Amino acid sequence: MFRPKLDAERPPGYVEPVTTLKSLATALRADLGADRVIDDRQELRTYECDGLAHYKVTPGLVVLARDTADCVRTVKACCEARVPFVARGSGTGLSGGALPRADGVLIVTAKMREIVEVSPADERAVVQPGVINLDVSKASAAHGYYYAPDPSSQQICSIGGNVAENSGGAHCLKYGFTTNHVLGARVVTPDGEVVELGGRAPDSPGYDLLGAFVGAEGTLGVATEVTVRLTRLPESVRTVLAGFESPQQAGAATSAIIAAGVVPAAVEMMDALAIEAAEAAVACGYPPGAGAVLIVELDGPAAEVAAQFAQVTALCEANGATELRIARTPAERALFWKGRKSAFAAVGRISPDYIVQDGVIPRTALPEVLRRIDEIAAVHGVRVANVFHAGDGNLHPLVLFDAAVPGADLHAEEASGAIIDLCIEYGGSITGEHGVGADKAKYMPRMFTDDDLQTMQLLRCAFDPLGLANPGKIFPTPRLCGEVPRKHSANETPAGADLF
Amino acid sequence: MDDVVAPATTEEAAEILREAAAAGLAVVIRGAGTKIDWGTPPRRVDLIVDTTRLTGVVEHAAGDLIAVVRAGTPLDSLDFGTQQLALDSPLPGATVGGTVAVNTSGPRRLLYGTARDLLIGITVIRPDGTITRSGGKVVKNVAGYDLGKLYTGSYGTLGLITECVFRLHPVPAARAFVTAAVRAPDLAAQLAAIRAEQVVPSAVEIDAPLDGPVTIAVLIEGTAEGVHDRAARLEKLLGGTVSDEPPAWFGAYPWPADGVGVKVGVALSRVAGLPPGVRGSAGTGVLYAHLTGDIPARLAAFRAAAEYAVVLTAPPSVRDELDMWGPVPGIELMRRVKDQFDPDHRFAPGRFAGGI
Ligand SMILES: Cc1cc2nc3c(=O)[nH]c(=O)nc-3n(C[C@@H](O)[C@H](O)[C@H](O)COP(=O)(O)OP(=O)(O)OC[C@H]3O[C@@H](n4cnc5c(N)ncnc54)[C@H](O)[C@@H]3O)c2cc1C
Ligand SMILES: Cc1cc2nc3c(=O)[nH]c(=O)nc-3n(C[C@H](O)[C@H](O)[C@H](O)COP(=O)(O)OP(=O)(O)OC[C@H]3O[C@@H](n4cnc5c(N)ncnc54)[C@H](O)[C@@H]3O)c2cc1C
Repeated sequence: MFRPKLDAERPPGYVEPVTTLKSLATALRADLGADRVIDDRQELRTYECDGLAHYKVTPGLVVLARDTADCVRTVKACCEARVPFVARGSGTGLSGGALPRADGVLIVTAKMREIVEVSPADERAVVQPGVINLDVSKASAAHGYYYAPDPSSQQICSIGGNVAENSGGAHCLKYGFTTNHVLGARVVTPDGEVVELGGRAPDSPGYDLLGAFVGAEGTLGVATEVTVRLTRLPESVRTVLAGFESPQQAGAATSAIIAAGVVPAAVEMMDALAIEAAEAAVACGYPPGAGAVLIVELDGPAAEVAAQFAQVTALCEANGATELRIARTPAERALFWKGRKSAFAAVGRISPDYIVQDGVIPRTALPEVLRRIDEIAAVHGVRVANVFHAGDGNLHPLVLFDAAVPGADLHAEEASGAIIDLCIEYGGSITGEHGVGADKAKYMPRMFTDDDLQTMQLLRCAFDPLGLANPGKIFPTPRLCGEVPRKHSANETPAGADLF
Repeated sequence: MDDVVAPATTEEAAEILREAAAAGLAVVIRGAGTKIDWGTPPRRVDLIVDTTRLTGVVEHAAGDLIAVVRAGTPLDSLDFGTQQLALDSPLPGATVGGTVAVNTSGPRRLLYGTARDLLIGITVIRPDGTITRSGGKVVKNVAGYDLGKLYTGSYGTLGLITECVFRLHPVPAARAFVTAAVRAPDLAAQLAAIRAEQVVPSAVEIDAPLDGPVTIAVLIEGTAEGVHDRAARLEKLLGGTVSDEPPAWFGAYPWPADGVGVKVGVALSRVAGLPPGVRGSAGTGVLYAHLTGDIPARLAAFRAAAEYAVVLTAPPSVRDELDMWGPVPGIELMRRVKDQFDPDHRFAPGRFAGGI
């Protein structure tokens, strides 16, 4: 058995001689089976990016893990050879969290797809990390349950990725995020040990390491089994699609609903440009000519929903709704949601390229921030389509550009950065659900002080003293554990990596 | 004898902790002292930092349903009008900081979660005196590690919490309690029937004393129309009675001041199989027991029937013969966390699991 030394011998980012990866490949092949290890250059390129496709790095080696034991062996081998590793689920992340390392191993957990147990009596399911989000709900439906966190990517993203990103979704306004629905995880720590965090009952004794692990973007280890909370299906669901002349009015309606003490399951907004894209892509039949639409959904006990639904529609009207459509059938409701859930992909219909941001603002600042985003768009000469979780102030401005036009990407990047600054100015966050990853690490110092970031590093050092688990993500400047803050350290980008 | 200091601001507290660090003092944080006897007693105390001057609501952004509160503020003094911090405190007078530091919870955790779920941002002074923040003031936020979760339930062993940002909830327009006596053998079926009913209770509590019948009490909150309808359904289902006020035992720990108090975590399907003498949240599987008689044997029985059973409080004589925390998976990793945050082990040394 390998026993990692816990002293840091080399800075993270140090590029191993190719021979290290070669011998690692040979050893892992012998250990796990030839079909588990990929080192063919062409095949490796399949894994060069996640959902944020403009960052690309061809991984040094890919391991297709079947079970916890495969992950343990791979992590131990990485540890022994001081080679960094990155976990990957379905690769739908939007912050470059699963961006591989040219000098490292990509551990793919997507093949670990067994739903180990569905226990309605415990309101729990135990799943492997590669299980697709929606499949948990499908497996629970017959028992009258579902898995509440519902990222728009839920048909393809994995539970392991959800746990790492603390993913959200439209219905998180009422039901909370992944972190509120994960009860336990089996984790392979960065030194290759297996630890059970949390359990079948809440409030496990000791530090809440599970709470810290969720949302750590794979920098604290690899999740190989996850226990999630199942939620009882609501007795009644009612959905209204409201058209407004402007996003400002839609924003005011949102604030009025919240101020009335209603907690809808979801409040989602799209502006004119986003509506145009969605119409072009999926013909969702939103009110023609609307400057913005809101989707408001209430769920729960029938009498409760009926009482509050009347309140919600009245508040939409009072705030200038030009049209109200109430879903009469599940099919109509699905069509309302189809326009919203396909919005990112749909933007491809109206622009060859786009950058999606994920900033959060206090909900009450919505009208003002939308106006400022318009100004930013004008200054940088870009178009911005707005799709967002209005209920919790999580914006998804899509900055549109055409990479074929020289300089356009730069303008888009600048506009995008200005929007992030705006979110911080209003006391918000640089990311509400997509994670920091490789993409937003540079923005972290705008939101946190050096001391704040260094405190987060203390946690990382407790789990990963060698800095081998997904290095280069979240933190703008890598540091050795035990190192004095502010000291210089090696450049993160491995030499020879195809980073563009 | 140990000194007591009571800083009034985060900066003042940081200054004190920097000096304490320089002098190598062992520090214990004290809120209202309501859980003064919880956990294992610290091995060493040179300085007690009292938070009761660190009080007040810094900000209540009603439109955004959030509030920023100083750690020494008594939980039951908070008044947000038509909004609320939906945290029950089983012990009157407890501070916000103490509630977060111990992650205490009450009946309504079924609907609202605990401090862990409601906390969205936190200011903590590290043992070396450094002021640090994590999270923020918006409910949805995944920037950086969620250290708020780590500090929640850390019993003051990782630093001094000075400010907390919470998500608030609207105060519901109406509420009702449905209370019913149930025979112990029927408890499992009754709890399953409540789950099946789709009435979304805010709390499902049971009181199962050592002798006598088991009582179930369900809290329903919402609109007047909705609450009436749901309470009526449950009344019929359980053969119970509907009332505006909870039964006297609702949300109170079952032990007397000098008793042995245990917190039990159990999978929902095993709640009805717990040894008698428990009370608490059958809806989430977090319950409390008062141990009497052969205490080690009763503790062992709870540990066998549950996921965990942690002794929260016990008279000193009993404490010495008990393993207060029981088995704690991941304890090695927890030690490493402590080593990073408090390398000299000066913050409440020995109070926490595994001697941390
Ligand atoms: C040798 C020795 C001498 C002691 N002497 C005294 C004494 O003279 N006077 C006295 O009152 N107590 C004394 N104690 C007990 C002291 O350790 C209490 O346990 C401590 O005050 C617990 O907090 P609480 O129950 O008052 O606060 P609660 O508000 O009930 O807090 C409970 C827990 O949360 C922690 N906590 C509370 N607020 C915060 C915060 N803002 N940030 C981080 N953690 C927090 C506490 O440390 C405690 O673990 C002594 C203990 C020992 C071992
Ligand atoms: C069209 C579209 C819509 C989206 N909508 C939403 C949305 O509404 N809400 C939302 O929150 N996100 C959304 N996303 C982003 C993305 O789907 C989520 O972040 C998702 O959780 C990623 O899961 P994945 O399996 O694809 O993970 P990957 O992209 O493979 O990995 C994401 C991160 O998780 C880590 N990771 C993966 N598996 C493990 C494991 N087993 N153990 C430890 N770490 C691991 C990786 O290292 C990486 O840091 C969307 C993406 C797309 C493309």
